[in-house]
Amino acid sequence: MSESDMKNIKIDGVEVPFEEGQTIMDAALAANIYIPHLCHKPGLSPHGSCKLCTVDVNGRSVSSCTMPASEGQVVENDTPALKEVRKSITQMLFVEGNHLCPSCEKTGDCTLQAVAYHLDMLDGHYPQFYPRREIDASHPSLVIDRDRCIMCELCVRASREVDGKDVFAISGRGTSCHLIVNSPTGKLGDSDIEVDDLAAHICPVGAILIKDHGYEVPIGRRTFDLHSVAETDLGEIKLSKTKHHDESDEADNKEGGVYGA
Amino acid sequence: MNMNPNPSPHLLHALHEHQQKYRFVSNQAINDIASQLNLPRAQVEAVTEFYSFFHRTPRGRFDLLFSNCTSCGDLELMQLLCKRLNVETDQTRADGLVSIGQTSCIGMCDHGASALINGRPMTGMDEHRIEAMVELIEAEVAVDEWPSEWFEIKDNVRCAGLLLSEPFESGSALKMVTAEGVEPALEKIKFSELRGRGGAGFNTAQKWKFCQEAVGDAHYVVCNADEGEPGTFKDRVLLASHADEVFEGMTLCGRVIGAKRGYLYLRGEYRYLLPHLEQVLEDRRGSGLLGEAILGTSGFDFDIDIVVGAGAYICGEESALIESMEQKPGHPRIRPPFPVTHGYLGQPTVLNNVETLAAAALIVTHDEHWFRGVGTMQSHGSKLLSISGDCARPGIYEYPFGVSIRQLLDECGAQDVQAVQIGGPAGRLVHPSDFDHQIAFEDVATGGSFMIYDHSRDLLEVIHNFCNFFAHESCGFCTPCRVGTTLLKNGMDKVCSGHATAHDLDEMKRTAAIVNRRSHCGLGVTAPNAIVEGLKCFPELFEAKLLHKEMEPEFNLDASLAEARMLSNRDDAEAHL
Repeated sequence: MSESDMKNIKIDGVEVPFEEGQTIMDAALAANIYIPHLCHKPGLSPHGSCKLCTVDVNGRSVSSCTMPASEGQVVENDTPALKEVRKSITQMLFVEGNHLCPSCEKTGDCTLQAVAYHLDMLDGHYPQFYPRREIDASHPSLVIDRDRCIMCELCVRASREVDGKDVFAISGRGTSCHLIVNSPTGKLGDSDIEVDDLAAHICPVGAILIKDHGYEVPIGRRTFDLHSVAETDLGEIKLSKTKHHDESDEADNKEGGVYGA
Repeated sequence: MNMNPNPSPHLLHALHEHQQKYRFVSNQAINDIASQLNLPRAQVEAVTEFYSFFHRTPRGRFDLLFSNCTSCGDLELMQLLCKRLNVETDQTRADGLVSIGQTSCIGMCDHGASALINGRPMTGMDEHRIEAMVELIEAEVAVDEWPSEWFEIKDNVRCAGLLLSEPFESGSALKMVTAEGVEPALEKIKFSELRGRGGAGFNTAQKWKFCQEAVGDAHYVVCNADEGEPGTFKDRVLLASHADEVFEGMTLCGRVIGAKRGYLYLRGEYRYLLPHLEQVLEDRRGSGLLGEAILGTSGFDFDIDIVVGAGAYICGEESALIESMEQKPGHPRIRPPFPVTHGYLGQPTVLNNVETLAAAALIVTHDEHWFRGVGTMQSHGSKLLSISGDCARPGIYEYPFGVSIRQLLDECGAQDVQAVQIGGPAGRLVHPSDFDHQIAFEDVATGGSFMIYDHSRDLLEVIHNFCNFFAHESCGFCTPCRVGTTLLKNGMDKVCSGHATAHDLDEMKRTAAIVNRRSHCGLGVTAPNAIVEGLKCFPELFEAKLLHKEMEPEFNLDASLAEARMLSNRDDAEAHL
């Protein structure tokens, strides 16, 4: 493609090239511009549900992960007003679930937590909902802790689109939405998920965890201790976090994580 | 003839049938239905738990759902019945005889207090009725044997205008389109400048044209009869007494866009209309107005199926409705693409409101000024208004666009009016100082809901009711609406119980702005309207309820003790602050 064929959108005053078919998020990530997001993951179909990536395009509010980029778009992204909106949306996610960071195995590796720090969120702001949600520890190697689920459906899409299975879905309506498992009993242990599936690892929070591998990476050496959530190539880093951070393979033999036997 | 005589049962229909028989949908039933319909189990479970007419625990042999609408609901009657039958709301009595709960507006707003009993709408309820019902229920007299006048549903057309007064000859619009061709028919609709009657007001001819031009394996026509906006019941009347025009409009649209199949998506609350609608379809098939070679024109093939919903306001949103038709929970889709290019089964689809389709059928059979000559410069034709609430003559009023709110209030015999809610909870709360405004797309737009509140009403409770409605109906897909509508409801709980401070009002405004601007679909966009308009037009009502006018922490100690009260089985005055 010659220079003159290249189309551009403008994000916070910066000309950003895009190709036909790309969303605003795609174009931004390719240009190394961070737009906060939780339900989006390059390679999976865009979802547009968390609304963290909300931007203002020519004055209109849109989700950048689902809105096709098109010539003439003037996008506001990194503004104080949008930061405030995103902080509020993040606080909404915190108060509707039960997020107890200090006791969560995912702390330091949790994208929700990292986004919250990135947005300077210091408290939940809204009154807590304290929902009662079920834990599913039926699988020998995985556990679902629904208290932390943010309904991003990354696991739903990873299972369907990458693993070629259909292990997860969201059921219910409104604040009673919850993650369910596609197995005859509704239990993860009776599903065909395997520990090597992408769906078992993609959870941005601590809702789907690998058993027997708790606290192997010490706090201070976890993903977001070493990286900013705004680094646009984090996808690979996070998925290989155990190997990336651990000096030896010894960790694989350890037993008795928080949910271990 | 029906071109699809044995369609595999729709998931919503299979679940309804099961629920009717067994009174709930068990885990085993979910497995069975999933394997019968060859669907993933999780999809069946998700659908069961999404639609409020399906239950995961057994309901009573008499299952009552009282409307909680401000026009057709009376929750005091519900409490009375609960007390008399010795049952808690939403807890089936131990003998399995009865369960009592509430549901969003059932579209009987012109019939007084109403409820669904085993899915059937019962109207005109009062305390005497409750006493009579208690005896019938305790004696286990089948609902079919109850007095039939309890279930009477009238049209209550108080003023018939352009559409309702016009005699209609079955097939006349189709004769026009077969004789003169598709383009002249589309041209007539274009000239009329007919706009969608469901509320959004998109140009109908343009929508049909876009769909006609869209490339796909098949095209579809869908009639949106999921009339869920509280206070609206005009589609109920059109379907009960003008179904022929509606089906004719669908068939006409099918001819214009090149569709062979149409669907009417009927809200579950109107299931009682199903036998009548099926009969009208059958009659039309018999007259050669549906099926193959309509009016003997080879290649003009079109038939209509009915899909019945199961209690989900969000399915009135066009892309959520399509998801529901595809046997999924009603989550609005990402747009673009729009249904005209990627609709039902990913194919080009026209979705129109019941009233729009009826109007289209009549427009092509009349001279070109018949419709366009009526209304205002920007809103042509007439509008069916569902008027309810505090007035002498609730019912359907068809007026040309441009009619003033004040005139409508006079016509229906409303007195001492405190406010009018136009367009349902998603619409506008109108202060008396604005009663000279007009019903029109360019002024006060409405899908048809017009609810009147006189000075005997507590407007804060009305706004509270709307907030409960949206928190209940939010599909839960996007964060701002899922969490925000509940935050707003909690805020109104606090205001109405007299525990709020000025800080809470500021918080509600802030939350309302986020829900309105950042939500995924129209439900979230409009959900905060009542609070925003209420705070703007009636600030004194809010302020009178505040615990403190200055800034105060928002912690509600009394509400926080609710669980302790429940555990200690106390609800006496001493257990409250």
